[in-house]
Amino acid sequence: MSTRIALRSVALTYLGVLVVVPLAMIFYRTFEDGFVAFFESVTTPAAISAISLSLTIVAIVVPLNVVFGLVTALALARGNFPGKGLLQAVVDLPFAVSPVIVGVALILFWGNDGWLGGAFPVIFSLPGMVLATVFVTLPFVVREVEPVLREIGTEQEEAASTLGASRWQTFWRITLPAIRVGVGYGVVLTVARSLGEFGALTVVAGGVAGESQTLTLLVHARYIDDHNTFGAYSAATVLMGLALVTLVLMTLLERRREA
Amino acid sequence: MALAATFLALVVSACGGASDEVGSSNSSESTNAAATDGGGAEVKLSLVAYAVPKVGFDLVIPAFNQTPEGKGVTFSQSYGASGDQSRKVESGLPTDIVNFSVEPDVTRLVKSGQVDEDWNQGEHKGIPFGSVVTIVTRKGNPKGIKTWDDLLKDGVEVVTPNPFSSGSAKWNLLAPYAEKSNGGQDPKAGLDYLSKLIGDHIKVQPKSGREATETFLQGTGDVLLSYENEALFAERNGEEVEHTNPPVTFKIENPVAVLNTSKNKEKAQAFVDFLYTPEGQEKWAEAGFRPVDPDVAAKHAADFPEPEKLWTIDDLGGWGKVNDELFEPETGSVAKIYDEATS
Amino acid sequence: MASLAVPKPPARTRRSLGGGVGPIGLGVATLWLSLIVLLPLAAVLTKSLEGGLGGFWDAISAPSARYALLLTTAISALVALINVVTGTLIAWVLVRDDFRGKSLVNAIIDLPFALPTIVASIVLLSLYGPRSPVGIHLYATKPAVILALAFVTLPFVVRSVQPVLMEVDREAEQAAASLGASGWTTFRRIILPALYPALLGGAGLAFARAIGEFGSVVLIGGGIPRDTEVASQYIAKQIETDRPASAAAVSVALLLISFAVLFAIRWFTKRKDVG
Repeated sequence: MSTRIALRSVALTYLGVLVVVPLAMIFYRTFEDGFVAFFESVTTPAAISAISLSLTIVAIVVPLNVVFGLVTALALARGNFPGKGLLQAVVDLPFAVSPVIVGVALILFWGNDGWLGGAFPVIFSLPGMVLATVFVTLPFVVREVEPVLREIGTEQEEAASTLGASRWQTFWRITLPAIRVGVGYGVVLTVARSLGEFGALTVVAGGVAGESQTLTLLVHARYIDDHNTFGAYSAATVLMGLALVTLVLMTLLERRREA
Repeated sequence: MALAATFLALVVSACGGASDEVGSSNSSESTNAAATDGGGAEVKLSLVAYAVPKVGFDLVIPAFNQTPEGKGVTFSQSYGASGDQSRKVESGLPTDIVNFSVEPDVTRLVKSGQVDEDWNQGEHKGIPFGSVVTIVTRKGNPKGIKTWDDLLKDGVEVVTPNPFSSGSAKWNLLAPYAEKSNGGQDPKAGLDYLSKLIGDHIKVQPKSGREATETFLQGTGDVLLSYENEALFAERNGEEVEHTNPPVTFKIENPVAVLNTSKNKEKAQAFVDFLYTPEGQEKWAEAGFRPVDPDVAAKHAADFPEPEKLWTIDDLGGWGKVNDELFEPETGSVAKIYDEATS
Repeated sequence: MASLAVPKPPARTRRSLGGGVGPIGLGVATLWLSLIVLLPLAAVLTKSLEGGLGGFWDAISAPSARYALLLTTAISALVALINVVTGTLIAWVLVRDDFRGKSLVNAIIDLPFALPTIVASIVLLSLYGPRSPVGIHLYATKPAVILALAFVTLPFVVRSVQPVLMEVDREAEQAAASLGASGWTTFRRIILPALYPALLGGAGLAFARAIGEFGSVVLIGGGIPRDTEVASQYIAKQIETDRPASAAAVSVALLLISFAVLFAIRWFTKRKDVG
């Protein structure tokens, strides 16, 4: 019995020292001067622009990932073609690539001296930030949906098409409802990762306040370039709040999936 | 849960409520509401600058907005390591005005055709303000560091940024180099000093002058080499540091240029011109930068003590020569010392 | 990450691709993955070989590049190991123990997944930096890097071990206990072997994550060359100082290390599955 208490204490202490106390510390630092100071700090024009840029990126990345993620998941789960193993590996690739390398890759491919010779104005503007975010979030929807697709099998879909349903009808009426929790989970993960991306963006984003500065870049710029520690804490707290929302959504979806 | 909901509401309301300001944000944390009075053609200029002049632009921009030309002009700003910023502009970061720490970072844009060749033909040669290289220590200067020789004392750790990305780093190395080489006449003596300094006393390589400050304030090192204005900035922020201008030091000149690719060249030029006006110069002086206008400089003489000897880049033969001989990656003598010691 | 070998669905006629996407869909998926992932990475590879193999070797064997790569690999391995111990412990407590607030603790495990890495860095710095209220100064030290990486990799081992632990055969344990085996012996002989694949998988993911990590290290690590500068910081520095070929070479080296480890782990776990 005492072993159990000891194990529990060690585990909880580890979590406390590593996660809980530092987070509490930021909350304290953010709100020690009251809520108003925090609110003012996260509603400066630069902060609002950073928040809206981060949300804009999410709004572009999520549909892209859902559409292409579904196509890829369907191809992987249902298709049978040469090179499928390779495609599987490519989907997982972003998990193994450092965000900084993602940024380097985009510069060397899209940039002025890159393969495309700067034919498209991608680096240091919104498309570059979107491409970087799509890269790092690419596996989420595929990896959440693909196993579900395998699990539900094709019987219902085949039945529907025997009864004369078109491909689209079958997809909308049969397939999509079956995988929607998986899609939802993938979307939540994508949103969280998109809001939090930093390494790739430091390389490809211009970081111009009010233009090409996301929330994560704002945290860094305030901490370093503005020497504004409190502002950085406040912006970090907004991101932490968004992370908490994500966590709650994840837990809710988890429950539905198990139900 | 309730907490999370509050956050969501907060973020949503923040975006919904004020997103109309986004396009016209001044972006600096201090808002200048007077700037936008609706009517008229609104112009937004993009300013890409080196790491530390934000404190100055925060004063200058509102002052510019008070003038007829500056009415309604807003700015988006970016600050970072001078060399890195220059690289970004060269590779396509949309920009109207650049303000770098060192001239070669502008020269790069002249070579790429983004800045006109005659950018430095004006009265002040494209330099609206500057500073001097200074020695920043912990409060009370516990190790008694006042001169360039003191930096080489045993066990003194010096914080200065990476000269391949930072302009500040170049100034910081040029100051003792100029003294030891007697204005470049004895390069070997200068380089010997730098070898010792870089090899034995510089351990960190922050990206920019501001990151170097941050590194120092986080507790690393005994000495920070920096701009005088940056030292004043840290002191005014109540940080536990103090600065000593060494008796022999170096004149820092920070260039400003308008890009010829700018869509608002006239407004951009008007802003740059404003920097040289007495009002503009006054603001730079207030922010801790040394003004170039002699009258304004005379007024602030007490704030900016003259060192015994102030070397300039021209004494060393100008930036073209200095950059080729000392800082050119892989071939410059200082670059080689740095690579040997740190790569 | 390791895609399990699922029995292939029976071959179907094109008509039955009802929910499938057909050749066009496959083409779209391939094109998408190529444009987003493969071609940019290929650009890194060619850039790294711009100066031939010799140039590549020079770039990655420059003293501070080599140090950064070795440091990153060593610290990532150490962090994976820390995770194996603490992750198993936490999973054990979550599965076998019962106390008030357990579900909250369970939720906290996922926080590092949801939390942006730059926030992780600033969070750790506020507590363990020079302005630390508890008097612990880790800024710009190797322990700071380890701490940051342990933070972001926390969920991997816990989440891979937890479900397996739930399914471990309790009867075998009880039998062992009734035969007089101590708790530790039971754990080592009965439970640990069952956890093996999950532990390896989780540790592999933690390693892969740690080796490429940037955001959480950037503020608290200090980035001191040949001391605390990790590979991703070195790569970013090379880009900032306009040395893209060197950045590309170190990137390729880092990718090779992480692929090698992931493949090795996949191979080991597969063998375990078969045996």
